[in-house]
Amino acid sequence: MTTLLRPRLLGVILIAIAFLVAPMLVSGQPYLLRIVTTAAIYAIAAYGLNIILGLTGQLSLAHGAFFGVGAYIVGLATTDHDWSFWTAFVVAILATTILGYASGLIALRTQGAYFAIFTMALGFLIYIIIIRWETVTHAHSGVSGIKLPESIGPLDFSDPVVLYYLVLLFLAGAAYSTHAILHSNAGRSLVAIRTSEDLAKSIGVNVGVSKQLAYTASAGLAGLAGGLFATLNGFIGADSAAIDLTFQFLLFLLIGGMGTVMGPVVGSVLVAFLFEMLQDLESYRFIVLGPIIVLLVIFAPRGIVGYLNEFLSSHRSRRASPPPGRGPDGRGPDGHSGSGTGQDNALDRPHAASGAAATSEGGL
Amino acid sequence: MTLFIQQLINGLALGGIYCLAAIGLTLVFGVLGFPNLAHGALFMVGGYVTYTLLVDVGLPYVVAIVCAALILAVIGVVFERLIFHPLRNAPHTHHMIATVGVMFFLISLVQEIWGSGFLRMESPFDGRLTVAGAQISSQRIIIIITAMVVLIALTLFLKRSVHGQAIEAIEQDRTGAALVGINANVVSMMTFAVSFALVAISAGLVAPIQLLSPGMGESLSLIVFAIIILGGLGSLPGAIIGGFFIAMAEVMASTYISVGAGQAAVFIVLMAVLAIKPTGLFGTVVQR
Amino acid sequence: MLLEVRGLGKAFGGLHAVRDVDFDVPEGCVTAIIGPNGAGKSTLFNLMAGFYRPTAGTVIFDGKDITGMQPHQTVRAGIARTFQTTHLFEGASVLDNVRAACVVRSSSNALDAVLHTPRHRRDERRSLDTSMSELEFVGVAHLRDEIASTLPQEAQKRISIAQALATEPRLLLLDEPAAGTNDEETEAFGALIREIVARGVTVCLVEHKMSMVMNLADQIVVLDHGQRIAVGSPDDIRSNPLVIEAYLGADADTTGATT
Repeated sequence: MTTLLRPRLLGVILIAIAFLVAPMLVSGQPYLLRIVTTAAIYAIAAYGLNIILGLTGQLSLAHGAFFGVGAYIVGLATTDHDWSFWTAFVVAILATTILGYASGLIALRTQGAYFAIFTMALGFLIYIIIIRWETVTHAHSGVSGIKLPESIGPLDFSDPVVLYYLVLLFLAGAAYSTHAILHSNAGRSLVAIRTSEDLAKSIGVNVGVSKQLAYTASAGLAGLAGGLFATLNGFIGADSAAIDLTFQFLLFLLIGGMGTVMGPVVGSVLVAFLFEMLQDLESYRFIVLGPIIVLLVIFAPRGIVGYLNEFLSSHRSRRASPPPGRGPDGRGPDGHSGSGTGQDNALDRPHAASGAAATSEGGL
Repeated sequence: MTLFIQQLINGLALGGIYCLAAIGLTLVFGVLGFPNLAHGALFMVGGYVTYTLLVDVGLPYVVAIVCAALILAVIGVVFERLIFHPLRNAPHTHHMIATVGVMFFLISLVQEIWGSGFLRMESPFDGRLTVAGAQISSQRIIIIITAMVVLIALTLFLKRSVHGQAIEAIEQDRTGAALVGINANVVSMMTFAVSFALVAISAGLVAPIQLLSPGMGESLSLIVFAIIILGGLGSLPGAIIGGFFIAMAEVMASTYISVGAGQAAVFIVLMAVLAIKPTGLFGTVVQR
Repeated sequence: MLLEVRGLGKAFGGLHAVRDVDFDVPEGCVTAIIGPNGAGKSTLFNLMAGFYRPTAGTVIFDGKDITGMQPHQTVRAGIARTFQTTHLFEGASVLDNVRAACVVRSSSNALDAVLHTPRHRRDERRSLDTSMSELEFVGVAHLRDEIASTLPQEAQKRISIAQALATEPRLLLLDEPAAGTNDEETEAFGALIREIVARGVTVCLVEHKMSMVMNLADQIVVLDHGQRIAVGSPDDIRSNPLVIEAYLGADADTTGATT
């Protein structure tokens, strides 16, 4: 049973190792390290969008704006108001979480198309506030000279490699949380809402509260990513709150796989390199990316990780179609004790399948 | 009082523009069930196409608008075939994401072809009329008249022609329409064609009083969404009344309060309607 | 009485789908709701399960007023339901379908999951145990890894019953459990429903198959045009002139879709 699981686990381990050794691979090329760090930050924001869109099935178009709010709070607080990065960072996360919660109270009264339009309007509103409220946000001139994180003990964040590992820590946290939530009652509630709100209600899911939590958490993650982006870049402009950014996150999710654990990070890294290759096209890269979005949504809505999951599941079920009469006892003590990794795998197996399968019906 | 009359006419002209754009959006929603997030981008494309036909090709203004409407109608049919027809069984989230892709493509394409700067399109009707002491530009009168003519033509089309009736039937009852044997494919193509043609006409009309820029679709997009939400997604009378209401609110708020207030008015209406009565004032969508 | 319905009404616009309905559901029994097409049976179910908010009347469950409660509250209170057209999480495995229904009896939240607290682990174990035993109870445990939506209709109906049972209800509302099944399967569903009652779960069902209703039900409530026209034992109902008239008037053996 566990041997069949290995490809999935192996994939996750390979990705983790790749990220851990990335600074060695690109050593001496600070530009490349910066691209990888930026991709990792975008991936964190994509994990945010994944919670509300991938797991819960609600298309939120305000995530670029939440990212921008996080970035602007860190940017303005550490420059104009001379806060320490860490204080500003914590405030940025809290503020975007609260903003998400408050806007969710209204936004989630709506469903489907209405929700998408509402969040799109919210995104525009935040963007317009940033470019109009010149006295506070400096509008088009942007915010420059944003502080790097102050060192903690021996960790000196002015070293790009150390900063990279800080970002990586948050990325790992986001990925792990997604995994944990997906395989919990909370996650099953969200996936239930995505698949059918009526059925979710009938099994007792508090649809309103679940959506509210998912939306709030996803806003907070976007804000967190925004804060990291501000400190990494040192400069931010209104484009870091633009709706274009939301669409980029959407692209990462589409390519990687909505509702999957590894989708956001796979998508972000691939697109980061794609952007690099399309660099000559500069701002016109959307001439290529627009049709790519359309083609993906028509022909491959499950994304890379979604298809891999599906492939592994179908492979598994062909080889290990369940013998009849195998009840809970057949699972042995593994399935029941549920502590330690090996046993977790046994527990998690069906959900991994559902992750793939739920996307396979296109229920995102 | 003079100022008021002048602004009233301005509001009516703007309302005409908004109506045409909003009806296109609400038709697609009513028939296909999803909001076309690329609608603003198509407005922009309509504006640029009209500009090229007028300035580069040298067609007369009215002919240029008609040609632009036809070109956009063809684009609408092409999009329906290439994008939305293959997606017909996918969840609506996928349609919305696809329209996002279309939006990006169109904005970048316009930047590539026409540049990212502003373009000015001269109105062939640059005279002014004096109505009750107020100075009114002829272009605004043209807008109001054209909008009325198009609205009447559209109503006739929807009520009298077979395809128009089919569009209305599907808007009102999708399954019922399928039962009486309406060809959904044809209706869907017609809807996109009509929707895109209307948005091209509205862009062609507004171009002489505003500047053309690749960003012109974004601001319009939000306004037309506010309108169709106010009027109820999928409701034609709602789109017309909503269009004039939002236009008046915007014009009057910017005249008597401030320009910023004009912009804010749109947002406030949008957010308030969504928060209080998401189905809109004329909404037909049943919510429990 | 487990459930008391008093003066219950629901109007859509000016149209009364259900009007002034009174009845009781005694604990440990099978109550059947019957009536011609469009009589308001499904609406009544939706009112009892909190899917619709009544425009008049009250619903008392186990002595507690649950009128106007949200579905997640009524499920928590102990009322589970199935849908007329079988409704499952497409694409998810059978086990996951049932496991999702354990959410309502769990106390752990997303934070527990992230921190992997004992509470989370206990809930995970319990939800697995509950779902497996419910799947065995309805007789589809061997299908647990199959994708639910690819299974035959009959298996799907069983899964949705397991799903409802996994919420640990005291009252189970079954909306046409035997629709679209053949005689043999109908028989089997009847037996399953008896087992459910034997477990101590009260059952209330909407059903068109009269043979099944007459066999199973301890009490029958008859609706016509949204109003209750009769209530009583199968024998009472069989000989009730009002019922005969309602059914003859609306075509004697209607087995199609309801409201």
